[in-house]
Amino acid sequence: MMNDYDLLIGLAIATFTTGLIGVVVRRNLLVVVMCVEVMLNAVVLAFVTFAARSQSLPGVAMTFFIYIAAACEIAVAMAIVVLLAKRRGSLDLAHGDELKG
Amino acid sequence: MSITIGIFASFALIFAVLVVVLRQPMRAALALVAHMISLAAVFACLNVHVVALFQVLIYVGAVMVLMIYTIMLLDDSDPSYVKVFSRWSVPGIVVATVVMVALGVLLWTAAPVAPAVANPAPGPFGFSEFSIAFMSRYWLHFEIATALLAIGIVAAWTILSQRVGK
Repeated sequence: MMNDYDLLIGLAIATFTTGLIGVVVRRNLLVVVMCVEVMLNAVVLAFVTFAARSQSLPGVAMTFFIYIAAACEIAVAMAIVVLLAKRRGSLDLAHGDELKG
Repeated sequence: MSITIGIFASFALIFAVLVVVLRQPMRAALALVAHMISLAAVFACLNVHVVALFQVLIYVGAVMVLMIYTIMLLDDSDPSYVKVFSRWSVPGIVVATVVMVALGVLLWTAAPVAPAVANPAPGPFGFSEFSIAFMSRYWLHFEIATALLAIGIVAAWTILSQRVGK
């Protein structure tokens, strides 16, 4: 029978894949940033599960640094979202083709 | 399998799927909040209360509030609200499925970790032990993290201080 740790590793894989699908298929820039957050959450879940299984502290300490990186990322990402929305008048990623060719 | 972990894990997966499929960003953001709270409950069930508290305070309390403020600042008649999915949906789902299978094979065939204690004591994951380790073993990482936060604030300020049209 599947134990808790196997279940949670499976959940981390499924959540990471869900976030990855969201990053690829969604057109709205804000939702894409949210899907990146879902992927980060999956990584945190994997770290915590492995740390709890092996009863070691470094995996738990690592999650703290993931939170710091996520906080920085969201501050910069939201600033970029607001700037792009003001410049283009849209959050649609299909309009972001200025770098083409 | 613990029933509470199973229930909260199911919630976490359902709300993660809702983040991807819901049309309105505000609803997607609320689904993301629910996903994060479900994960915090899973961490609490694993006796890792430090991370559960970080999850609620930092992610739900700070990151999501910032995101919801940004959603409220922006126009809700955007074309991306009407046509939700891009034309890369099918290749994206195929590639993501391949990634999921590869990750599953990798993680389940990896070398097994030492078996856990039956009822894990809160020992290494208690607040006092975590704080002592953080101020002794991880003090340099902690200082670097504060520098990273300062850089993030300066970067956000620099981006927002740009004039539109330049």
